Amino acid sequence: MSTVAVHDHGVVHHEEGHGHHHKETFISKYIFSMDHKMIAKQFLITGITMAFIAMTLSILFRIQLAYPDKSFPLMETLLGRFAPGGRLDPNFYLSLVTIHGTIMVFFVLTAGLSGTFSNLLIPLQVGARDMASPFMNMLSYWFFFLACVIMLSSFFIQKGPASGGWTVYPPLSALPKAMPGSEGGMTLWLISMICFVASSLMGGINYVSTVLNMRTKGMDLWKMPLTVWAFFLTAVLGVLSFPVLVAGVVLLIFDRSMGTSFYLSDIVLNGKVMPFEGGSPILFEHLFWFLGHPEVYIVIMPAMGISSEIMSVNSRKPIFGYHAMVYSLIGITVLSFIVWGHHMFVTGMNPFLGGVFMITTLIIAVPSAVKTFNWLATLWRGNIRFKPAMLFAIGMVSFFISGGLTGIFLGNAALDINLHDTYFVVAHFHLVMGSAAIFGMLAGVYHWFPKMFGRLMDEKLGYLHFWLTFIGAYLVFFPMHFMGLDGVPRRYYAFTEFESMKRWLSVNVFITWAAIMSGMAQVAFLYNFVTSIFWGKKTTQNPWQANTLEWTAPVEHFHGNWHGEIPTVYRWPYDYSKPGAEEDFILQTTPLSETMSSNLPSDFEDNPVGLEAHSKWVTANRPNEEVK
Amino acid sequence: MGFKTFIKSKKILSLLAVLTLTGTHLVMAQDAAAPATAAATGDAADAAKSAMWTGVEYYLLLFLLACVVIGIVGKILKVYDLTRQIQGKSELNWNGLMASICIVFLVVGLYGAYWEFTVQGTETLPEAASVHGVKIDEMFNVTTGITMVVFFITQILLFTFLFRYRHSSKRRAHYLPHNNTIEKVWTIAPAVVLTVLVVFGFFTWQEITNSADAKGQPSSINIGVTGHQFKWELRYPGKDNKLGAVDYRLVTADNKLGIDYKDKNSTDDLQADTMYMPVNKSVRLNILAQDVIHSVYMPHFRVQLNAVPGLPTFFKFTPTITTADMRNRLNQPDFEYLLYCNKICGGIHYNMKLIVRVVNVEEYQQWLSHQKPYLTDALKKDLKMASANQQKSITPNRLALNN
Repeated sequence: MSTVAVHDHGVVHHEEGHGHHHKETFISKYIFSMDHKMIAKQFLITGITMAFIAMTLSILFRIQLAYPDKSFPLMETLLGRFAPGGRLDPNFYLSLVTIHGTIMVFFVLTAGLSGTFSNLLIPLQVGARDMASPFMNMLSYWFFFLACVIMLSSFFIQKGPASGGWTVYPPLSALPKAMPGSEGGMTLWLISMICFVASSLMGGINYVSTVLNMRTKGMDLWKMPLTVWAFFLTAVLGVLSFPVLVAGVVLLIFDRSMGTSFYLSDIVLNGKVMPFEGGSPILFEHLFWFLGHPEVYIVIMPAMGISSEIMSVNSRKPIFGYHAMVYSLIGITVLSFIVWGHHMFVTGMNPFLGGVFMITTLIIAVPSAVKTFNWLATLWRGNIRFKPAMLFAIGMVSFFISGGLTGIFLGNAALDINLHDTYFVVAHFHLVMGSAAIFGMLAGVYHWFPKMFGRLMDEKLGYLHFWLTFIGAYLVFFPMHFMGLDGVPRRYYAFTEFESMKRWLSVNVFITWAAIMSGMAQVAFLYNFVTSIFWGKKTTQNPWQANTLEWTAPVEHFHGNWHGEIPTVYRWPYDYSKPGAEEDFILQTTPLSETMSSNLPSDFEDNPVGLEAHSKWVTANRPNEEVK
Repeated sequence: MGFKTFIKSKKILSLLAVLTLTGTHLVMAQDAAAPATAAATGDAADAAKSAMWTGVEYYLLLFLLACVVIGIVGKILKVYDLTRQIQGKSELNWNGLMASICIVFLVVGLYGAYWEFTVQGTETLPEAASVHGVKIDEMFNVTTGITMVVFFITQILLFTFLFRYRHSSKRRAHYLPHNNTIEKVWTIAPAVVLTVLVVFGFFTWQEITNSADAKGQPSSINIGVTGHQFKWELRYPGKDNKLGAVDYRLVTADNKLGIDYKDKNSTDDLQADTMYMPVNKSVRLNILAQDVIHSVYMPHFRVQLNAVPGLPTFFKFTPTITTADMRNRLNQPDFEYLLYCNKICGGIHYNMKLIVRVVNVEEYQQWLSHQKPYLTDALKKDLKMASANQQKSITPNRLALNN
């Protein structure tokens, strides 16, 4: 261990810079790497792979919804017994929906997003040579990889993957005889989820301890970029809520395999009286949503942090209301623990409790609104550069508004009665946490690609990718609201059995083709991503003229990030277009003494000596200013 | 890097292309053979299959063609840009182009949203057919009004800012780190609006979910709805308007709901295939599930509540529009109110419907008098045998109560 352990910052025993004080093999560099930058890339590439798999699944079930009466022999060729006669089996349709949801929520938008960017950016932006525990960081990735393999392996077992919806409510998931997916597939789902939570916890603990203990000199909490704030709060949220999911999952395993009755009572399945007594399915829903709701903030908060940073850099303007942004993130973090019941308004939970959850839910809309307005104010009178990363960050804001507003309907218990589990909900969460979070992630990929791979991605392909995806996502999800308002339920295999739902068939065809178009657009991204890794234009050290610490690190990668001493931080990360400064950005590592012409009295809070020096300088230089 | 040359190799690429093509051909050949061996697929299906095959190949080629076109356009742009630079002209202004697309997107998007509201917005559920549903709809309209104002304002601001403040090397952004006044305003304004919505929502919700009959009010008609894979079972009380007790341990082939006939209220319980309700009379659904969670969803009445095994749930509401009346209003002679399952419950979840009819009181009474009791002759026989065998009475053994 000692050969690979990273030295404490500030104490440099021998030349780190040359990087050959210990030899790295292929395995230690690319596979069991303990370098946070390599682990970030591993998370990213695994995440992208899983995203493509989950996207393909979604296109499969979209085809079923658009053409419920048509037979597609290709489906039978590809899926075999899951699509007899070229038409999806209803049970397999539910499997597709379930695994699409599980992969997207957990494997792409939790691990792929937090895993990638927390790993990459926390050490680089707070000024640390690596994570607090590089070994645990490596374990975190490999547990995640194991979870992915187990989840996907469920496609290769006799009865197919889990199919009770990504929320796996018992008794459906607890009774193997209730549906084919509740047999082996469900067991694999549960095991995979335990591995995943283990991975998440190891990652989260690492992120929290790195942010709290390993910041470089001068980097106090109020000088951290919003990305780090977001990753930090996300990690706190994950560490506190994921264990509850494990508790729920373990009890479900007991119910399934050991004859306990935590979630089961009074059950007659297929005319056969089951021996379970005394449990409650509602208990699982509580345990699940105690994670499940913080989970949607685990998904969206990193995207918020990334977008804030990118919008500030590309508007050449400080983020508006930095403190308000941080406080609203903290507000969201705290409130997200007490709103889970809004998923359960119509489950038979005590209605009074529903009322309380409705109040807390609508309160959480306030910090979200503050964030949105602050983003708009950041753009106002900016000098906006439309890099692909910027476009995706803007797309994230647009989706967050569109999807967030429908949350006000669903958070209202009285309105939820008629909207619960309809396509309105599908539209809501795909916009606000699906599309918004994936756009945050893509923004991050485009923005920090040079940091990860030392090369730039192609901008024109990025533009194409953005517009096709952005328009496609709106075309897919916007019409779904109206289906929901007509009482069309989600997770229906076909809408052919109901006369009133048949009129939505043409809309379904439209949505499917929009989805296929957005899916095809991702090929542009994949091509861009892969070819840019090898043949992209070489980047300079600070390609976006950004202030944060990661752009002071050399382009080439080595374990330890900076040659020599880690830079010291003197200012907040958002000094863009400061009046009086030579350039429109001032690095965090530039001391205030070097930028006398642009200093403001507000830069010297809690620093009376500095303030005095500043006012002296101002009186000495005032005449010059007026001449200008 | 070996990996790099490996990808770049033209041989490998062309080999891959050949493999893909022959692969699809092989798969196709296999499939063409399949219908020959498998009988009883029918001519139409075969025709559809072969048509589909050209389809997949067609779309694949179309996609490849699109990729090639995009590649060519990209190259042309690059060449164009380079020649301009050689001639000493400025580079293509991609930044300005993106800003213009933003504004075009805003205009087209606003029109699209308007179109959706006017066209698809009219295809949503008809007016609420229950007393509380009208209140829900009112609240829905208020919320829609407020949120749509915010939606349009914020989206318009977002995209016009993008266009208005696009990059120019001539100016600098306005350094504006914070402004406490305006931040307070836009924290408090949403808070106030949300408080209003919360307060109204809270009281409406309390009123709707109060499923007990108040003293002095005429008692509601109890209707039992029990879900199981994949059907709903209805139970109407007899003359006593009381549903008898049920116990899942009593479920047999003849007693599918497990009705406990030791309870005197049980003996006159009736079974039904269609849910009839008298108009303007309070109805109380007694909801239960036998195997997995289902959800009773009656969108026209704005009614939804989960059916949970082991946890009886109740929903009280008053239908206000008869089926006949609704047919007239919608001008749809075949319109029916429906009850369907809205919680994933297994493979046939998508087809678990029950027809609901709202009729006037006389029709309802007449209909009710034609329904058969649950206590059939076969069941009576079973029960007698059971009592002859001195079966032990089942004592409840529940560890936790949820209600």
